[in-house]
Amino acid sequence: MLSTTPAAASLRRDMGHSRSDHPNLVRLIAPDGTAVGDTDVGLSPQELRELLRLMILTRRLDDECMALQRQGELTVYPPFRGQEAAQVGSAFALGPQDFVFPSFRELAAALVRGVDPVEYLQYHRGTWHGGPYDPLATRFAPICVPVATQIVHAVGWAMGAKLDGKAACALTYFGDGATSEGDFHEGANLAAVFGAPVVLFCQNNGWAISVPLEVQTAGPIFRRAAGYGFPGVQVDGNDVLAVFKVTKAAADRARNGLGPTLIEAMTYRMGPHTTADDSSRYRTEEELAAWAPRDPIARYRRYLVDAGVADQAFLESCDGEAEERVATIRARVVGTAAPPPSEMFDHVFAAAPPSLERQRREALGDA
Amino acid sequence: MPEVTMVGALNRALRDALAGDPRALVFGEDVGRLGGVFRVTDGLQAEFGKERVFDTPIAEAGIAGACVGLSLAGFRPVAEMQFDGFSYPALDQVISHVAKYRMRTRGIASMPIVIRIPSFGGIRGKEHHGDSPETYYVHTAGLKVVVPSGALDAYRLLSLAIADPDPVIFLEPKARYWSKEDGELGVEGPGIGEARVVREGADCALIAYGTMVSRCLDAAGRLADEGIDARVLDLRSLVPLDLEALGTAARETGRMVVVHEAARTVGMGAEIAARIMEEAFDYLQAPVMRVTGYDTPYPPASLEQHWLPSVERICDAARKAVAY
Repeated sequence: MLSTTPAAASLRRDMGHSRSDHPNLVRLIAPDGTAVGDTDVGLSPQELRELLRLMILTRRLDDECMALQRQGELTVYPPFRGQEAAQVGSAFALGPQDFVFPSFRELAAALVRGVDPVEYLQYHRGTWHGGPYDPLATRFAPICVPVATQIVHAVGWAMGAKLDGKAACALTYFGDGATSEGDFHEGANLAAVFGAPVVLFCQNNGWAISVPLEVQTAGPIFRRAAGYGFPGVQVDGNDVLAVFKVTKAAADRARNGLGPTLIEAMTYRMGPHTTADDSSRYRTEEELAAWAPRDPIARYRRYLVDAGVADQAFLESCDGEAEERVATIRARVVGTAAPPPSEMFDHVFAAAPPSLERQRREALGDA
Repeated sequence: MPEVTMVGALNRALRDALAGDPRALVFGEDVGRLGGVFRVTDGLQAEFGKERVFDTPIAEAGIAGACVGLSLAGFRPVAEMQFDGFSYPALDQVISHVAKYRMRTRGIASMPIVIRIPSFGGIRGKEHHGDSPETYYVHTAGLKVVVPSGALDAYRLLSLAIADPDPVIFLEPKARYWSKEDGELGVEGPGIGEARVVREGADCALIAYGTMVSRCLDAAGRLADEGIDARVLDLRSLVPLDLEALGTAARETGRMVVVHEAARTVGMGAEIAARIMEEAFDYLQAPVMRVTGYDTPYPPASLEQHWLPSVERICDAARKAVAY
């Protein structure tokens, strides 16, 4: 039983998961855009602007994906609105040698990593499972829906990188709900035991479909790392510079042979779980309204403008570029046809055995 | 000719794979220092080092999931699940990822994984140590499933499984671990997907895999004394299934008896009976008979020989088929 009333729990969420906010929460920019920590994270002015450009672009793309789904061009789509800083900041901190293992809400991270969003969106268009982008070339594993299962893949890849003596790390994204799964535990424990170079990146967005954080877990997620024997850090997930800073540190640590780190990025899912979800059935308008002023893009935009790093012309160019790029993505998505049915049989095995070849002929004739 | 046990042959196959392919890795629970609870990995860590042959925490899902990540990193993982009944925590990873990853990546990412599972009953084991898990894997598209019946074929099948570009579930019949065969170890012979006739016969065919092959050979010996000439077909490979061999046996004998340890309902016997009808219905002289474990959990040691197909039950089914 929960020891608190729903109203009290709701109030806590309004305060920003305050039940599990830690006094050592890493935050460099306050929600109002003022610097509250050392914002020199080693990025040039151009790179600082790039973070904003990417967040504006990915939000515009996210909005477009919602529209595409409503128009019947995508099957179901899981929006990431509100989580742009968590994804852009963390993905931006990785190098080309690193490998990302996403769950299913990481389109923003995919775009930052160079995955073609049109190929990525084929998953949500229903043209192919997993996402038909090349996961080896992009170093971005297929979209992974079974909750937390990708965590152990990341650990396995990292074990391999260590065996090969490569200065590379894996980073895996998962949500607060995933930390209830056995695969989170098995992955974290394996990573610790083998000293695997992996960053376990939890986007704690407060909700696992309709189940709020306090029903999911009773203690701060980042503290679990101590039990496994590696560092855990809690960061303001709507502060892109703070996310970049802690992820960069964790990735450097991993590549230097010091093993895994658990990052808990405190953020908020502003949209529904997916387009098939109605979040008004389980959360209040008040809660959403409380999170609106913590918006990661507004905060960072204000900070950059106040710091003199970005000007009005730059902001306008970001919006213009986002419109243009998203229009192109939209046209390409809409123009994508279904693959030929024979592909159902092509990739089950390296070479289809005779029994499967028979079924192919049964389905398609001798074509 | 040298004599070798199945454990020895499997050990040799792992050793040869580790020596022949620097990307091969062997890992699982107790496979390192101890050499496995059945000693299949005995001496491998000493020979190849702790980086390539290693113990893992007790984490079957983690082991299977690590296989996926290691494959993406270009390795060839050979993992052990300690017992059939303890392999189930890995099913989610095996079904959702190991089996589907090639498909999900449109053929780009291979999963050259072997998951070895000491399986089946007949060793007076505790509960959870005598299960027949093959149907779970056979029903999952994207996996190959093989079961050796003797030492020499165990070497061949495991060597082929490790070299295979696709995931192979390698079910080791525990009751045959200490069985011996004479002969040279090698990979020449039938491949994965090919059955082999281990005893010729014209009156009926006994279809089996794993431990039940030797039991069928015993039954065929007894049937011969009664004047029934029974053929024994060792399937070896449940996926891919050798439809041609099944069709040939059905056409040439007209009387088919399928024998397996697994429970009857939706067991391999159901699939094989259906395939036989599709392949050779007009040649059948009798209904396809099934001799199987019962639709009960695997029983305690004191009862297991009542549960497992016995020579007598196999002979009875063959007699019925021939007399039909």
